[in-house]
Amino acid sequence: MKRLILMAFMLISGIAFAQTEGYKVGDVVKDFSLKNVNNKMVALADYKDAKGYIVVFTCNTCPVAKAYQERISALNATYAAKGYPVVAINPNDAGAVPDESFQKMQALASEKKFNFPYLLDPDHVVTKQFGATRTPHVFVLNKTGKGNVVEYVGAIDNDPEEANSTKVEYVKNAVNELSIGKKPAIASTKAVGCGIKWKKG
Amino acid sequence: MRLFFVICLSLITYCATAQVKLLKLDELDKRIANGKDTTYVINFWATWCSPCVAELPNFEKLRLANLKKAVKVLLVSLDFKSKLQKEVIPFVLNNKINAEVFLLNEPDQQAYIERIDKKWSGAIPATLFVNKKARRFYEKEFTETELKNTLLNLK
Repeated sequence: MKRLILMAFMLISGIAFAQTEGYKVGDVVKDFSLKNVNNKMVALADYKDAKGYIVVFTCNTCPVAKAYQERISALNATYAAKGYPVVAINPNDAGAVPDESFQKMQALASEKKFNFPYLLDPDHVVTKQFGATRTPHVFVLNKTGKGNVVEYVGAIDNDPEEANSTKVEYVKNAVNELSIGKKPAIASTKAVGCGIKWKKG
Repeated sequence: MRLFFVICLSLITYCATAQVKLLKLDELDKRIANGKDTTYVINFWATWCSPCVAELPNFEKLRLANLKKAVKVLLVSLDFKSKLQKEVIPFVLNNKINAEVFLLNEPDQQAYIERIDKKWSGAIPATLFVNKKARRFYEKEFTETELKNTLLNLK
């Protein structure tokens, strides 16, 4: 009996642990409502015609995220019309890094002419829900009858500096595969990125 | 006179570039294999990674600690190759880093992350303790004491 209780306890704590680790491929995403740089709130449900989403955790200051800014815009330019818009979220805390402030986000979005929403995530609520750990960190979602399902987690490609002759464009491939009803052949990848700047205290 | 300046200038640039070498993983493996009984403490960092920069002095202290074990500290930067001259070398000079510093020269990050350690998510700082017999990888920050203990406990 004792052993059974112990096992049950381990199982429960195991589940709790898995939840704090964020979304894995196959998980259903809980919708959110976050403030965009134009001061309007954005939720996944707002995109009535979307077939899925490219959720990108990115920020103002990280050199790796900066290197990917144009590629993120290009993803939206290509895939929003096909039903897979980019939704960018800044996971960083402006208290920890002043250049991550909402005003600086607005400035960056207008300077770089972001064609996608760039959302503020105060207190890291959505960041923790997804389990994003760095910038840039991408989650490709597929809209289904049971909700928005995570189909890919990881890097945009394997070529941050645009110097890899054997470049593989993970996000593009994943979305292309989803759009023809297939599962992404590569569903998760690793990448070097900047750690998230968490709120202090 | 002009020649003198040219020589001086090239000498200065030589010294500056000599601070940080480009590194392929094959070269690193070869070095470890030829290291006899030396344990390599290989720290993966970047100039833009603030926790990495904060722990660099601990590696310097480990390098200078008089441990009864042959140890070599290698600092491997994951900065972009294009930032070598403009950011990495000035950083190493300004912070008076005397350990051997490299910049990882591998274009495919997916491949190199897997090759360094299967469990590595790619987050830095991360440190590899390796010799001919043992290999331990840690995706975490280290204090001076933790570094020393991890090194001494490596079988």
